[in-house]
Amino acid sequence: MSLPETLREEVRNPEAAAAVEALSTYRWGFTSDVEQEFAPKGLSEETVRFISAKKGEPEWMLEWRLRAFRLWQQMEPPQWAKLSIPPIDYQDAYYYAAPKTKPALKSLDELDPEIRRTYEKLGIPLEEQKVLAGVEGARRVAVDAVFDSVSVATTFREELKKVGVIFLSISEAIREHPELVRRHLGSVVPVRDNYFACLNSAVFSDGTFVLVPKGVRCPMELSTYFRINAENTGQFERTLIVAEEGSYVSYLEGCTAPMRDENQLHAAVVELIAETDAEIKYSTVQNWYPGDREGKGGIYNFVTKRALCRGARSKVSWTQVETGSAITWKYPSCVLMGEESVGEFYSVAVTNNFQQADTGTKMIHLGARTRSRIISKGISAGRSNNSYRGLVRIGPSATGARNFTQCDSLLLGDRCGAHTIPYIEVRNPSAQVEHEATTSKISEDQKFYAMSRGLPEEEAVALIVNGFCREVLQTLPMEFAVEAQKLLGISLEGSVG
Amino acid sequence: MMLEIRNLHASVDGREILKGLDLSVRAGEVHAIMGPNGAGKSTLAYVLAGREGYEVTAGSVTFDGTDLLSMAPHERAAAGLFLGHQYPVEIPGVSNLLFLRTAINAQRKERGEPEISGADFMKRVRTEAAALGLDMEMLKRGVNVGFSGGEKKRNEAFQLAMLEPRLAILDESDSGLDIDALKVVAGGINRFMGPERAVLLITHYQRLLDHVRPTHVHVLMDGRIVESGGPELALRLESEGYERHAA
Repeated sequence: MSLPETLREEVRNPEAAAAVEALSTYRWGFTSDVEQEFAPKGLSEETVRFISAKKGEPEWMLEWRLRAFRLWQQMEPPQWAKLSIPPIDYQDAYYYAAPKTKPALKSLDELDPEIRRTYEKLGIPLEEQKVLAGVEGARRVAVDAVFDSVSVATTFREELKKVGVIFLSISEAIREHPELVRRHLGSVVPVRDNYFACLNSAVFSDGTFVLVPKGVRCPMELSTYFRINAENTGQFERTLIVAEEGSYVSYLEGCTAPMRDENQLHAAVVELIAETDAEIKYSTVQNWYPGDREGKGGIYNFVTKRALCRGARSKVSWTQVETGSAITWKYPSCVLMGEESVGEFYSVAVTNNFQQADTGTKMIHLGARTRSRIISKGISAGRSNNSYRGLVRIGPSATGARNFTQCDSLLLGDRCGAHTIPYIEVRNPSAQVEHEATTSKISEDQKFYAMSRGLPEEEAVALIVNGFCREVLQTLPMEFAVEAQKLLGISLEGSVG
Repeated sequence: MMLEIRNLHASVDGREILKGLDLSVRAGEVHAIMGPNGAGKSTLAYVLAGREGYEVTAGSVTFDGTDLLSMAPHERAAAGLFLGHQYPVEIPGVSNLLFLRTAINAQRKERGEPEISGADFMKRVRTEAAALGLDMEMLKRGVNVGFSGGEKKRNEAFQLAMLEPRLAILDESDSGLDIDALKVVAGGINRFMGPERAVLLITHYQRLLDHVRPTHVHVLMDGRIVESGGPELALRLESEGYERHAA
């Protein structure tokens, strides 16, 4: 899927300049005015029943949720991350909010104009806009638009149907393909996996279901935009992607959120299943509201993402560009079960001002000759703290397993922190595990060199940072690479001078 | 007058390096600044380009009549001042072409001009790269990454050609070059030169001046210009050294 070098450069060049257009405040801080239908405030069995009823779920789904809720009540939030998390009052929030437009639309054109405007303001004129405008030859991207908690439109569904790809909101999937959802839901991230995943299992509002049948190469990249919109509404997205034998799918996930003073909780769960010879590429650009310069407000992003490489030679690649959120707790992982299966994790995490990130991955090698590759680039600025936490575990049966890990940290300024916390557990003597790590400050020589060529200081920093992240950015699909590059520049604004 | 330096005093880390330097450069002139190590040659270059940490304590510098010292480094570049670095730095992950195009467009934006089109940019890249014997594959690599000393200097000459400044301050553009590379770089400087432009050549040795003919030669010693003359001064320095200027 990677593009020729020259083409990438062509696309990136004009964006590099745009990336640093001075914007002193969060550009996407606005509220869209669509009538909400709230669940009662607070979290109880009643809330869980409300959500399930609202979605017209079958009984088994309600039971599944209730079981999760009861388990969650007995669990404690994790304390091991290098994060300072203020106490969260789970009763002081809404767990369900949905726009009042119904029923499902055929295309985004039929979308509530207010919602359309919201997307436009988000500056998401990626390929989707071209697609919507009917531009000939536009690269096709199917969008399952999640506005707050409910999927309001799904495009390209028909075309995907032709090749047998199921691409639905998870609520629809529960109604239309209950047997499939029931078989896979919670099979990679069990209900009681962790505090936040358990909470999600009880109250997940919507999300995406994808099934790519045997031997099918998904004809387009699948894309979902999440967006928190209602005040005090937690987002509990649930994503389930199943790639059957010999299939391929690339999935893009991007988020932006409007400005709010209240801290908002986002606890998503993503489960990926790759069967024999299947490949899933999952790309995220995360730009939730990070809070203001004093550290007020911002999203708590507590996400559980895990892939099961079940079949032989299956492959899962996670790429994430994390620039937003006040607190990020996120470890997209791969369980490498099938022989010769491959897991990859490419990450850029940027923290500025008072942001905190504790993010990384887990590569669990179970099958013989499984391979994993971890490339992590952390950038800290302001008074932020940025930790890479990664586990590489080679099980006794993982003969000939290999891992390569590279963690690079870049510091901007002298009040921020970068931490690398690798865990390596090897229980098979034939395994080969490599770990490389660097921490550096942005070089004054590089900065002056770029400035002496005409780049303002912030633009010089953005360019150097983009170079630092290149290895990760180039694994993104092109639409995302451009957006990610912009975001890097924007999120580091005010970090110099 | 394009560049007018008057009584310039500058310090680095509290130590005074430039101690009352005067220099006037007109369009169409090539000035060579020569002097022993530690005389303040590179400091002069950095002060003119606006590097942080090079503090001007007294004096004035005007560029086309404007106060240069009040401008930020990128504004100086956009105004037409170019610094050819003695030690060009590497910027991994940013290709030379991306870097250059970003720089050109940043300068254009600063001047209120439209961005260069991709086609125009590539056309000029091909012409200038060929003239300097830089191959395209190299330019697609990270800025100066893996370049030899000579390649770095040729890349500086390439950026000079592409950015089209009015005043080029070239700090030891000849250091680390073999004779063939020296000729290529000198050719680049000569192609750049014209009646509307000026060059400030900072050099330790005479040999670059065999290929780039200066109109003026100055001897910089202990933070001041101690002698000025024509090309013949460079030749004399080559045979006599700087001893006679030492106090």
